[in-house]
Amino acid sequence: MHRDFDLNLTHLTKIEGAASVELRVRNNKVEHVYFKTTEYKRFFTQGMIGKPYVVLPQYLARICGTCSNAHILCSIKACENALDIIPSEQTMVLRDLVMDGMIIRDHALHLYLFVLPDLFSKDSFLDFDDSDHLQHQLLHDGFDIKAAGSYLSEIVAGRIVHGVFPVIGGFVGFPKKQEIKQAILKLEKIRPAVLRLIKVFEDCDFKFDRQTNFVALTPSEYGFLRGKILTGKGRYIEEKNFRDYFEKTILPYSQAAAFKHEGSPYLVGALARMNFAKDNLGPETKKSLGKTLSSFPSTNVFYNNLAQAIEILHCLDHAVNVLKTVKIADEKPVDAKLKQSTGIGIIEAPRGTLYHEVILGNQGKVLGGEVVVPTQQNQLSIERDIAALVETFLPQASQEKILFEMEKLVRAYDPCMSCAAHFLKVKWL
Amino acid sequence: MRTGQKTKKKIKIGWFVFSCSGDNTIIMVETMNEYWQKWRKTYDFKYARVFRNNNILKDIDIAFVEGAIASERHKARLELIRKESKKLVAVGSCAITGLPAGQRNSFSLEQQETIDFLLKRFAALPRVLRVSDVVKVDEIIPGCPMKSEDFVKVLNKLTSQLDA
Repeated sequence: MHRDFDLNLTHLTKIEGAASVELRVRNNKVEHVYFKTTEYKRFFTQGMIGKPYVVLPQYLARICGTCSNAHILCSIKACENALDIIPSEQTMVLRDLVMDGMIIRDHALHLYLFVLPDLFSKDSFLDFDDSDHLQHQLLHDGFDIKAAGSYLSEIVAGRIVHGVFPVIGGFVGFPKKQEIKQAILKLEKIRPAVLRLIKVFEDCDFKFDRQTNFVALTPSEYGFLRGKILTGKGRYIEEKNFRDYFEKTILPYSQAAAFKHEGSPYLVGALARMNFAKDNLGPETKKSLGKTLSSFPSTNVFYNNLAQAIEILHCLDHAVNVLKTVKIADEKPVDAKLKQSTGIGIIEAPRGTLYHEVILGNQGKVLGGEVVVPTQQNQLSIERDIAALVETFLPQASQEKILFEMEKLVRAYDPCMSCAAHFLKVKWL
Repeated sequence: MRTGQKTKKKIKIGWFVFSCSGDNTIIMVETMNEYWQKWRKTYDFKYARVFRNNNILKDIDIAFVEGAIASERHKARLELIRKESKKLVAVGSCAITGLPAGQRNSFSLEQQETIDFLLKRFAALPRVLRVSDVVKVDEIIPGCPMKSEDFVKVLNKLTSQLDA
């Protein structure tokens, strides 16, 4: 049976921001897949020019709500690298906690609200059946886990999104003793729920395997702020050399550009991190996971969901350990000595490797910069995988089935279109 | 539920997002951590792409609109939302003031020149608009992002009005 058809998924739902997918099939072969960012550009990398550097982290946080605290930390890192500022040990500990709070909340949002409805054939997490034991449990778990992550963000970053405490050189607000006590209680209380979530995704039979190149910042202890960039080919890249190895590709059909590594698509995010660094997880986390970790390294893109669930457990255990053992005192941010300079910061945001570059004049004015977000880096991988996945369903599957499977796959990548639609200075071909 | 007991009709909520970071969506979703059990009984999220696939833009009781208006398509969509909604609330800085999503409105000529071709390519409006530039707004919830308690306050206020 020969099939020719076009599919246009104009409004992808249950993802961050606005995106669409255009698919063309001719003679049972996918001719093209366009994964389009339909968010309108807000031109942040143009708008940053001329601003004083001190406002940059808060300004660039407005690229994206859910990833905002990652943009803040990445921009701070770029500015500190430009100005040779070395943050204190306590500052680094607090930044790790900011990441913990964000990862717990953000991954839980993705897994419970966006992905779980697909597993239970529901349109919405809010439609879960209270009279069904498992669904009732998951409803409570989802909101409890998000609440604990949000609370940690509030006390350490000052807010859930666009946190106001982290600044260049340190922090301007600190969690109080009572708040730390509360956070430990809330986090410890959700641990069984996180283990249940891991089990759900370990048992999930969604599968799409393909070889790809993974890329992630890989520190010696599992984390998001330190280390060198590791590629699946075993190459370590210094963060300052990122743009020498990752090439921008212009997509005339999308409001965002894409990236390649050595001419090929690559994948960033929780799956890449888990594939590279599962051995660096803490002992308590590893102990609770048991044989689950043997699922990694994996080329099943749906295991990005499992990797995210495991990262929630890691962040929870890490945060509890830090909050119980580290004394946090008020401390002034490190002062900056202004100079003309360029700084690069790279961190692992919830969805993968995030790159900020800032060019500063000698009066501390921003002369330019660039932001590369995870979704731009996953763009070509998403398109290639949709094409391969759809061909596995041809010629028999209905268009409805194909649409559903495409959406499931895109959700597994957890794209963030708000991030992807910030402005990149591009020359169109 | 006892037989014959009158079931109260759920209030139909729409949550619509235009050009912005989506930060108010996150605050709304996080506010739900505390209120979800109550809200499931009181509200029906008829249109909220963060929650569901099958979204219906018809007969909405309260429409929350986040983000600035960046294209003719956005304008037409917002006008339809207004037509289909009893109450419309502009949520957050981009919806209320147009900023920071509309920062290009105050770009220098030089900056403007570098982005003009992109505005044309994607049929963007020459100037980004506030929600109130396009439709009548009943309530606003300011902030970047809004505060959770402000959202609950406006939601409760409009719920009381609709119940009455």
